[in-house]
Amino acid sequence: MRRRSLLTGALAAPVLAAGCARDGSSADSAGGRTRITYAIWDPLQVDGMRKIIRAFEAEHPDISVKLQVTPFESYWTTMKTAMRGGTAPDVFWMNAVNSQLYASNGVLEPLDPFIERDGVDMSEHPPELVRMYTYDRTHYAMPKDFDLIGLWYNKKLFDRARVPYPDDTWTWDTFRDAAAELTDPKRGVHGVAAEMAKQYTYYNTIAQAGGYVIRDGESGFDDPRSIEGLRLWTDLIDRGWSPSQSAMTDTIGRQLYLSEKVAMNWDLSAMASQMYASPAIKDHGDVAVLPKGRQRATTIHGLANVISGKSEKTEAAWEFVKFVSSRPAAEIQSREGVTISSLAGTQRPWVESMPEFQLQNFIDMLDYAVPYPSSKHTAVWENLQPRLLGGPFTGRGDIAEAARTLARQMDLALEQEK
Amino acid sequence: MAVFPSTAAAQARGKYRRGQGARQAPDSGPAPTRNRGPRRTQRSAYLFLTPIAIGFLVFYVWPLLQTLGFSFTSFGVFGGNTWVGGENYERVVQDVTVGRALRNTLIYTALGLCTLPVAIVIANLLNRRGLRGVAIYRALYFIPFITLPSAVGLVWNWLYNGDFGMVNQALSVIGVDGRYWVSDPTTAVYAIGLVMIWSQIGYYLIIFIAGIKAIPQDYYEAAELDGAGPLRRFFSITLPLLSPSIFFASVICVINSLQQFDLIYVMTSANNPALGSTESVLTLFYQWAFEENSQGAAAALAFLLMLLIALLTYVQFRLQKRWVHYA
Repeated sequence: MRRRSLLTGALAAPVLAAGCARDGSSADSAGGRTRITYAIWDPLQVDGMRKIIRAFEAEHPDISVKLQVTPFESYWTTMKTAMRGGTAPDVFWMNAVNSQLYASNGVLEPLDPFIERDGVDMSEHPPELVRMYTYDRTHYAMPKDFDLIGLWYNKKLFDRARVPYPDDTWTWDTFRDAAAELTDPKRGVHGVAAEMAKQYTYYNTIAQAGGYVIRDGESGFDDPRSIEGLRLWTDLIDRGWSPSQSAMTDTIGRQLYLSEKVAMNWDLSAMASQMYASPAIKDHGDVAVLPKGRQRATTIHGLANVISGKSEKTEAAWEFVKFVSSRPAAEIQSREGVTISSLAGTQRPWVESMPEFQLQNFIDMLDYAVPYPSSKHTAVWENLQPRLLGGPFTGRGDIAEAARTLARQMDLALEQEK
Repeated sequence: MAVFPSTAAAQARGKYRRGQGARQAPDSGPAPTRNRGPRRTQRSAYLFLTPIAIGFLVFYVWPLLQTLGFSFTSFGVFGGNTWVGGENYERVVQDVTVGRALRNTLIYTALGLCTLPVAIVIANLLNRRGLRGVAIYRALYFIPFITLPSAVGLVWNWLYNGDFGMVNQALSVIGVDGRYWVSDPTTAVYAIGLVMIWSQIGYYLIIFIAGIKAIPQDYYEAAELDGAGPLRRFFSITLPLLSPSIFFASVICVINSLQQFDLIYVMTSANNPALGSTESVLTLFYQWAFEENSQGAAAALAFLLMLLIALLTYVQFRLQKRWVHYA
C-alpha cells in the first residue's frame, strides 16, 4: 500500500507543480487565497465545471479551486489510496454505490452544522436523492444533478412498422406488443434491447411490478413481484424481440439504438446530449416516459459533492459545495446540456437545450422516481448479478430460480455488512 | 499478493533440476561423496546465494506471511484492520461464486494439460531430419508466448466477435452459423481456454524440442536395426526418454493454469452473461480485493489457492516415481 501512495504522490506532483507554475501567485498561502482541490470523473462535464468554478472564484476572490479529473475506471481506487495516504481532495464527486461506504467509515465531513448555519433548504432537491446521501440521519453530501431512465425510441422504425409512438398511456402490454411488431428479422432490427443492465432495465421494472431490490438490509430478488419485473426482459429475449445478452456484450443496447438496430431502448437522461450529437438519432430519436406495470416507476440517481473528512479547509470547501448546488451554478450546468441540475426550478434550460426531444418527460417522471438501490458494500451484490442472471438473459435457465439464488447470495453478502 | 503461488513453481523447478542432475550422473559411476571443500569456497557460495535468498524472503515469504495475517482480518477500506478470526474462510466456503470459479479453474487446467500431447507431437514433427525452415516454425510457435496476454486477448476478442469476427466469417463459408463465442455461457470457457493453449504451446514446444534433441541417436539406430517402425520408436524410445521433460512441463502447466488471470480479465467485460462460467479463482480474488473492498476474504481465497497448488504439485511429485524415467 505504501508503494501505491508513493506512486500516486509521484503522479500528482507534476500536476501540482504545473498548477503552481501556471497561476504563479496561487500557491497555498500566497496572496491569502485558500486553495481547494475538487475531484470529478466525467470529461463531458469538465467545461461546465470550469464555468462554475470561474463564477465561484469571481464571487469568492479569497478561494481558488483546482479541478482534478480522474477517469471513472480508476476514480474510486485512486480515492481510496488518497484517503489512506492523506492526499484526498478537499471536495469530490460521490455516487450512490459508494455513499454509504464512505459515510460509514467516517471519512466524509458531516454537513448538518453548515446546512443549519447557512439555512440551506434541502427540500429543494429531489427527496430520493437527499436520502441517498443521508447516513445515520446525517447529511454527507449536496446533490448537484440527477439522472432518470426514459424510453428512447426511433420514430423511423415505428413509422415503418406502423406502430403509434409511445406515450403516457403505455403499459407493459403495449410495450411488449410494440416490441413484437417492431421486430423485423429481415432487416436485422429488434423491437427493443432487453439488456442485463441494472439501472437501465430491470431495476425499473422490478419497482414497476411492485417488487424491490433491497429493503431493510435484505435482498428482494426472490420476491415474486421482483421476479415478474425481471421476467419481462428475459421473456423479450426468449421470444426473439430483443437480441440476447450474448449479442449485446460487445455491442451494447445504446450502440444498437444509435445505429438504428433496435427501435426502443431504456436509457439515461444524461445520454440525451450524446444522442443529440448523432445526426440520425437527432432526426429519428425521441424519448417517452417508461410504460406502466402494476405501478409507475423509474430509477433516479444523481451525483453529489462531498467534503473529505481529512480536509483542513472545510470552511472554504463548504462555500464551494454550497455554491455548486445553488441557483447560478445549477443554471450554468443545465445550460451546458450534459445533465439535469437537481435544484428545483433550474431544469428548464436543459429541457429546452434539445427541442427535438421531449425531455420534459424526464421532469414529469420525478413524481414517481425510486432511488438507485444501495447499501454499504453495494459493489459486492452488484457484481453478483451478471454472474447469476447471465444464463436466463441468454435464454438458458429459469429466471425465477436464478433470482432466488441471487437473493440468497446477496443476503449472505448483506449479512457481512453488519 | 498474487505472486506468491509461484513459490511452488520455484520449488518445482529446483527439485526438477536436482532430478536432471541425477540423470546425467550414471556414466560417472557411483556418485562421489560430497566434498565440503575449503572454508573460503563455502563462504563465497553463501555470498552468491544471499541475493536470491533475500529476494525470496522479501518478495515471497514476507508477502505470504502478510497474506496469511490479512486473511484473518477485516481489512479497513480506509485503514484500520480488525481481527475477525475464521470469518473470511467461512465466506469462501459459503459463496457459490467460489465453487464456480474453482470449477472453471479446473476446466482451464484440464485444457491447459491438453497442450502437452499436442506440443509433443509438434516437437517431433519439427525434429524430423531434413525439415526445411525449422527456425521459422519454431519462431511462429513461440511468438504468441512472448506476446502480451492483454494484446492476445484483445485480438482474439475481435476474431471471436459474433457479428463480424473472422472466426464466424470463416465458418459461414462452410455453412456453419457461428456464435457469440466469448459471451455465450456454453462456449466461453472453451473459447478462452483455446486462446490459452494457443499462447502457451510455444513454451512447451521449446522444452520438448530440447528434450528430444538430448536423446542419443544410437537408440533409434539400434531400434531400427531390430525392425521397430516409427510409431514403435516414438512410444518405446521418445516418450519414455522424454518423460522428465513431460513431467517438468506438466508441473509448470498445472501451476500456470491454476493462476489464469490476464486473458480472462481482458476477454470478459462486466456485462458479459458468461462471467459466471469464465471467471477463475484469481479473477475472483481480484474482484474481491480491488472492486469490492474485501481484501480480507480475498487474502483467504488466495491462501487457499496456494495450498491447492502446493497440494497438486506435491501429488505430481509423488506420482512421478511411477512414470518418469531418468535414463
